[in-house]
Amino acid sequence: MRKALLLIGLTGFLVIGPAVARADDYVLTIKDHRFTPTELKVPANKRVQITVVNDDPTPEEFESHEMKVEKVIPGKSKATVRIGPLKPGRYPFFGEFHEATAKGTVIAE
Amino acid sequence: MLGALLIVFREVLEAGLIVGIVMAATRGVPERGRWVTIGIAGGVLGAAVVAIFAGAISEAFQGSGQELFNASVLGIAVVMLMWHNAWMARHGREIADEIRRVGAAVSEGSKPLTALAVVIGLAVLREGSEVVLFLYGIMAQGTSGSALLVGGILGIAAGAAFTALTYFGLLAIPSRHIFSVTTWLIALLAAGMAAQSVQFLNNAGVVEALGQTVWDTSWLLSEGSLVGRLLHILVGYTERPTEMQLLVYVAVLVVMYILMRIARPSPPRPMPAAAE
Repeated sequence: MRKALLLIGLTGFLVIGPAVARADDYVLTIKDHRFTPTELKVPANKRVQITVVNDDPTPEEFESHEMKVEKVIPGKSKATVRIGPLKPGRYPFFGEFHEATAKGTVIAE
Repeated sequence: MLGALLIVFREVLEAGLIVGIVMAATRGVPERGRWVTIGIAGGVLGAAVVAIFAGAISEAFQGSGQELFNASVLGIAVVMLMWHNAWMARHGREIADEIRRVGAAVSEGSKPLTALAVVIGLAVLREGSEVVLFLYGIMAQGTSGSALLVGGILGIAAGAAFTALTYFGLLAIPSRHIFSVTTWLIALLAAGMAAQSVQFLNNAGVVEALGQTVWDTSWLLSEGSLVGRLLHILVGYTERPTEMQLLVYVAVLVVMYILMRIARPSPPRPMPAAAE
């Protein structure tokens, strides 16, 4: 029964398709727990790939409920975040480890 | 200090709610304490390892390593919770009867405990690695570090207190009902985790189908608010679910229900598949 359970569970959500690298590249930089630019324009209704560069020595968590992402970026490194397709509008994001200063908005248009 | 306290508390709370529910769900199962301890210890150890290799994990699979890691951790937890509920559907009644009669210990085997320890371990690992990274960042900053560190430790303590509150709160439910309550809680917990898992796969660029947002209830209840967060952990509340998330959520509940029907003993129509 254990095997059957595992099998059902796995087929339930490992619906793995091929990874497609077709998103455009946009860059956000974290420095002194602030994002630059604070407003990033991206095309609406499209998959978008944002590269988040963390220039601080400390880790940060890039998070946005609106864009449905959360990703830890270790200090002095960069990470790729895939979002969208977004409807036109403003989508705030923040750095969870330094919420007071690390804030910004993605504008889909 | 308050900032650090809140951040750490939030992460510990997530793991703590899961630990509390799972513990209440296995009330009366022998040697439970040992397995819970193994789960927590394993999780803490794993969290440290994950934090150390955070950079490497992030960069794996063309930068999707972290998403795939999170998706797998959640996926395994969902399977374990399904297994647990199926097992409880089979043995829950005996255990509940036994608790009523003897008060505590039960002779029935220790099957769901490995699953349980894994669920606890994974929950602690996932949230714990963020706590470790965050606290590491604080210490790396030096100067004002000690106040923040105290905040972090207080956050862990507050989170642990909340776990105890969840557990004893659930224990207040009469033993007649406790298993049906925890079964429901675990089913919803698993469905929420699965929906989260599939969103990580979406972020990784692995599952991009049905990625459209179905509705937006952020005006009603923000996922960032305390209630929103609690509901996010408990029942998988998401302010903007995608089509795929809804599908997976419902699918997990249906599969869980079917498994529990199959596992249930003394069936009106005997089912050979239920034999172990």
